[in-house]
Amino acid sequence: MTTTPEKATELVNVTIDGIQVAVPKDTLVIRAAEQVGVQVPRFCDHPLLAPVGACRQCLVDVPDAGNGRGFPKPQASCTLPVAEGMVVNTQATSPVADKAQQGVMEFLLVNHPLDCPVCDKGGECPLQNQAMSNGRGESRFSGGANEGTKRTFPKPINLSPNVLLDRERCIVCQRCTRFAEEIAGDPFIALVERGAQQQIGIAEDAPFLSYFSGNVIQICPVGALTSEAYRFRSRPFDLVSSPGVAEHDACGSAIRVDHRRGKVMRRMAGDDPEVNEEWLTDKDRFAFTYAQGDDRITYPQVRGDDGALRPASWPEAFAVAARGLAAAKAAGGVATLTGGRLTAEDAYAYSKFARVALGSNDIDFRSRPLSAEETAFLAAHVVLTAPSNGGVTYADLESASKVVLVGLEPEDEAGAIWLRLRKSTLAGRTEVIAIAPFSTRGLTKLNGRLVPTVPGDEPAALASLAGELDGTAVVLVGERLATVPGGLLAAADLAATSGARLAWVPRRAGDRGAVEAGCLPNLLPGGRPVADAAARVDVATAWGVDALPEAEGRDADAIWWALHHGELSGLVIAGVDPADTSNPVGAKAAIEAASFVVALDVRETDVTRAADVVLPVAPVSDKAGSFVNWEGRVRPFEAALANPSSLTELRILSGIAAELGTPLGFRTVAEARAEMEQLGAWDGERTVAGVTGGDENLGEGLVLATWKQSIDNGSMQDGDKYLKATARTPVALVGKDVYDACGPTVTLTGDRGSVTLPAEVGDDLVAGVVWVPANSFGAGVLSDLASPGSRVRVEGGQA
Amino acid sequence: MTDMLTPVLTDMWDVERSWTLAAYTAKGGYQGLDKAFGMSQDAVIEAVKDSGLRGRGGAGFPTGMKWSFIPQDNPKPKYLVVNADESEPGTCKDIPLMMGNPHVLVEGVIISSYAIRANKAFIYIRGEVLHVIRRVQAAVEEAYAAGHLGKDIHGSGYDLDIVVHAGAGAYICGEETALLEGLEGRRGQPRLRPPFPAVAGLYASPTVINNVESIASVPSIIANGAAWFASMGTEKSKGYGIFSLSGHVKKPGQYEAPLGITLRELLDLAGGIREGHDLKFWTPGGSSTPLLTAEHLDIPLDFEGVGAAGSMLGTRALQIFDETVCVVRAVLRWTEFYKHESCGKCTPCREGTWWLVQTLARLEKGEGSEADLDLLLDQCDNILGRSFCALGDGATSPISSSIKYFRDEYLAHLTHGGCPFDHARSTAWAGQEVTA
Amino acid sequence: MALDDKTMGELREIAGRYPEKRSGLLPMLHLVQSVEGKVTPDAIEACAQILEISAAEVSGVATFYTMYKRHAVGDFHVGVCTNTLCAVMGGDQIFERLKDHLDVGNDELAEKRQGDQYSVSLEHVECNAACDFAPVVMVNWEFMDNQTPEGAVQMVEALRAGHDVKSTRGPKLCTWREAERVLAGFPDGRVDEGPSAGPASLAGLEIARERGWKAPDAAAVPVIEKGQADD
Repeated sequence: MTTTPEKATELVNVTIDGIQVAVPKDTLVIRAAEQVGVQVPRFCDHPLLAPVGACRQCLVDVPDAGNGRGFPKPQASCTLPVAEGMVVNTQATSPVADKAQQGVMEFLLVNHPLDCPVCDKGGECPLQNQAMSNGRGESRFSGGANEGTKRTFPKPINLSPNVLLDRERCIVCQRCTRFAEEIAGDPFIALVERGAQQQIGIAEDAPFLSYFSGNVIQICPVGALTSEAYRFRSRPFDLVSSPGVAEHDACGSAIRVDHRRGKVMRRMAGDDPEVNEEWLTDKDRFAFTYAQGDDRITYPQVRGDDGALRPASWPEAFAVAARGLAAAKAAGGVATLTGGRLTAEDAYAYSKFARVALGSNDIDFRSRPLSAEETAFLAAHVVLTAPSNGGVTYADLESASKVVLVGLEPEDEAGAIWLRLRKSTLAGRTEVIAIAPFSTRGLTKLNGRLVPTVPGDEPAALASLAGELDGTAVVLVGERLATVPGGLLAAADLAATSGARLAWVPRRAGDRGAVEAGCLPNLLPGGRPVADAAARVDVATAWGVDALPEAEGRDADAIWWALHHGELSGLVIAGVDPADTSNPVGAKAAIEAASFVVALDVRETDVTRAADVVLPVAPVSDKAGSFVNWEGRVRPFEAALANPSSLTELRILSGIAAELGTPLGFRTVAEARAEMEQLGAWDGERTVAGVTGGDENLGEGLVLATWKQSIDNGSMQDGDKYLKATARTPVALVGKDVYDACGPTVTLTGDRGSVTLPAEVGDDLVAGVVWVPANSFGAGVLSDLASPGSRVRVEGGQA
Repeated sequence: MTDMLTPVLTDMWDVERSWTLAAYTAKGGYQGLDKAFGMSQDAVIEAVKDSGLRGRGGAGFPTGMKWSFIPQDNPKPKYLVVNADESEPGTCKDIPLMMGNPHVLVEGVIISSYAIRANKAFIYIRGEVLHVIRRVQAAVEEAYAAGHLGKDIHGSGYDLDIVVHAGAGAYICGEETALLEGLEGRRGQPRLRPPFPAVAGLYASPTVINNVESIASVPSIIANGAAWFASMGTEKSKGYGIFSLSGHVKKPGQYEAPLGITLRELLDLAGGIREGHDLKFWTPGGSSTPLLTAEHLDIPLDFEGVGAAGSMLGTRALQIFDETVCVVRAVLRWTEFYKHESCGKCTPCREGTWWLVQTLARLEKGEGSEADLDLLLDQCDNILGRSFCALGDGATSPISSSIKYFRDEYLAHLTHGGCPFDHARSTAWAGQEVTA
Repeated sequence: MALDDKTMGELREIAGRYPEKRSGLLPMLHLVQSVEGKVTPDAIEACAQILEISAAEVSGVATFYTMYKRHAVGDFHVGVCTNTLCAVMGGDQIFERLKDHLDVGNDELAEKRQGDQYSVSLEHVECNAACDFAPVVMVNWEFMDNQTPEGAVQMVEALRAGHDVKSTRGPKLCTWREAERVLAGFPDGRVDEGPSAGPASLAGLEIARERGWKAPDAAAVPVIEKGQADD
């Protein structure tokens, strides 16, 4: 079922198989039957797709349509809405319905290869299951003297690098093409040919490149659509399924992790009507092998006397880390950078570790460009907002009259939000307005309106919308707006003046949880302001310590600077890639300059190679935890895999803290959760955002607009080459004038380097702007080109 | 009493350059326009209702009632679409009508569009009839030039544009919602109903879809009055219609007569079955209407009469087969047609026709067993009324009716080890051979 | 190879005839056939671009309708009706004879021999609504009524040799590409060629004329009472 906004529901009384039931008006008979416990067999029917009535498997007998007259022929229950007084007899009570269903099933199997023993779907196949429950045991088509000729096709064919089609198994129910058109807006697969030759197809040289393509594999009711990565790898009955939460964005999408013998084999969309419904981005579905590579760290390491990292036992690593951190704390202080990938529980452990063990508020989860304005904004407008206290939800997006997007490209950065917006815009309920430099494909598919905006001009663009928003509107602010001076303030102002509701959408799964946990220089857990003495006392009491550091700490940029300049001595760093930070060179130099670095990570990186103590941590598949999604909704999950050598970060931190003589008081996720719950949320005054900062953007050249595309060079997409092959080709989007002057290849030069890319004309790209994907070439824009919003020079041809 | 043949639509066909505006006008053409414009739209609808005109495309739904279903409070534009996709095997009336008298169709479109308040009409002609398309294209052009189309027609304040649209080869587009799909540039697959086209048809706007002959009948109803039309035909099947005789008759062709005429009467006019042969079976209204035999020669060819005989009037496509024709071969060929034309949308039609062809082909070759006849009937039972649209139903008609009347002939194939007929004896030129 | 500017312009013109441009797709595909000789991937892409739909959607339409060809057809595309009635009346024999004569299978292009002016392709077609003229052959979708195997062979030979061949109910045959252009809605001026009707079409009318049969005189019919026939 969906979370479509509820109206006062009118009930309709129907009798199904002799059982009376009242269901909401417009309910389809097939779903009304579920209410009385009857599963009518079906293939084309899907609750989130418009009815088509194509497969005819769900035929039922309707002796009374509610008007005293019956239908002379069996009716497709997936297209027939209930009517007051309607009488329906399904296969359970009607020989007519049963025969009709058996007849359709027999037809479906006429041309089916019946290759269940070698089919990926075997064991979890609706066709197989319903052929057993609603079909005849013996074929009248083949066998004996009546050997019929089946339709055959060469197989399989690639619809895209990661989706394959076996046309012989396909029953052309159109679930996949309807998904592509209705849900994803990517009708790159379509019915082609006619009659018995009808099949799913793509146009020549136009593969099914959709960020949501994997969903068609999941909803295929037969084994026609398979994934290149999973094909022939496993049998459903050998898999163990564990519910999980996707870790690639801040949407909090429910997933199902299917694993076998300690290895994740595939991931599926979980069914969560309030969050991702039944859909999943390809990144969330396919990108899970990053933790299965050769670079996985499997044991602790410490830097030996020879200057090289050597294996160490956990106790030794804890001891060495504690010793080094104690020294660094004494020498100038230790900062903590947690990245955005942590579970809420792990983030809480870092937050507590920084304050209690390291005695510092120098902690920040933001491993990407940030601003003091953002720090204040998070404390004033983001932390503690949740569905339970009126925070914006997915359902709100679906009922909003207008949704303003600023600093956010949801198709790339928050797929589940984009899907919900598409659902709503398609139903005509919501208008999407994007403050952006051009109409993206994602915006076009939302029929959205562009407010053409040069990066940096977002505050004025936001202000310009004040007159047309009201309390039924929602403003979604992406984390990228942090880099625009005055941007977040303007968004908050717009919300305050218009009554529109405001929500902040970060990019990473752990970002929002880190805010809640206090992985910020100005916030303690539960939204408690560092600057508020009562809040500090509150936390100190709960933690059983005398006092907490009083001064607000350094933010991430200041931490890098202080490390580089010797004002900070040590660093605890978790899953941070310097290339993501506002100054990659500076970040690397800061790590070099730090006297002592403890790195916690899943995989070996430049950071772990430079660290003094390296501590392997469990990937999400191996641990329990929670992500807090953009709504502020807590999304707990348990470990899918049991791996005794995979430790959670909170366990590791508690080990070091114990060595330091400042125990954290928990060693397990459950203990940490209990403590977090006990501590609860701050109910005192919240800080008021008022800080604006940053430099005006001056100089020559085009303003650089950039964001990360859904499928790119992100390290957590490593390991699935098929997924990677579906990434969009990196191009520089330029105005027609620039294209005409520079030609099809352009070189962009910024303060950090030059890159050469194919150029494409952005039809409505605002003048004076060039757009490139942020992490689709080289080490990414921040390392290789310039900061977002700064000026770059664009020239034709190779540099 | 009314004469046995009543040429109205066919009346132009022997006129010199009958397809031209000049010829049509000389015969009184386009006089219905001013009369219609002098009536209210609802009065035109009433007149068509009163005439008793029922859809000439096969289903026989009352035309005026169809028009009255258009919700006039719907602010969307209204559309008239003419179904000129004549493709039902045996049906061959609309094509000569449009070739010989395209202007009567154009005039009918104008009056009908006026009645339903449409300002845009489409004539969807199957693509495989090039010269017919030329004639209709030219008639529309001439009508524009003469002020019968365009803005403020005849000073009435009424505007109408007509687009002539060529199909591209798909029997299923004769199904009205599939036709709309084709007209919207999509695969011609039938739509879910409801909503019905009258409410949400072309571009989800209120749309009337009528057969060529239905629309072409409208000018005569307006010019001569509903009572005139209703004075022909039978009680519930009023007016005249074109009866198309084909196959083993001496004079195949088009015979325009009041509904209710019998095949015996028509055969008399057409000179009877070809020399030396006897009627074996026939279709009353195309291959989708169950076969009839010589015992049905005297049933009135109207909606009720043919229905009572277990078949349907359909498009009055009377395909006549004599005793030289193997019914199994005939039915197999029709079944291959339905398989070829199945759109693929629904399972029973798509897979069922695939299987029916194989079962029938086996029987035709004298293979299989008597049990296969029961299998065929059961397959038909699982298709009829289980498919998405009527194409699947139509596919079962020849099979179940032929088994009903000619079960022994199927069995003869089994005992004979193949088809016992000499197909050469059925050809048009077989009569020239010496009869042994 | 992309379509030329003239064709692109005409494709846009077709799309412009309709309240919603996608409606132009069927005639647009007829037009690309008249230019390219078949539906090519480039043509699919061009239509998709003009109509702002995906190439897969165009492809789905182009493969649904049988008049769209994905391989080359002849200058003269010969379709023999083999639906039941025409088949029984001799269509099967005509088709077999032509297959044999042209040495091709169904929907194939016959070899263009040395000296041939034009090429010929062969296909069996379904009922073309000319049953009273059975057996019927269609050449570039013009009627060739009442055919025989021998006559059909002579006809294709005349076409290959470049002789004028006239439709039995239509004009002198034009090429397949020219025919496709008319179907796209660009008339070729041949409308006034050919008769009003073929002999069979007139069978009933001739009898009526002979016997003086007519529809009733409107003046002699009493005015109908309101609602009398309203059911």
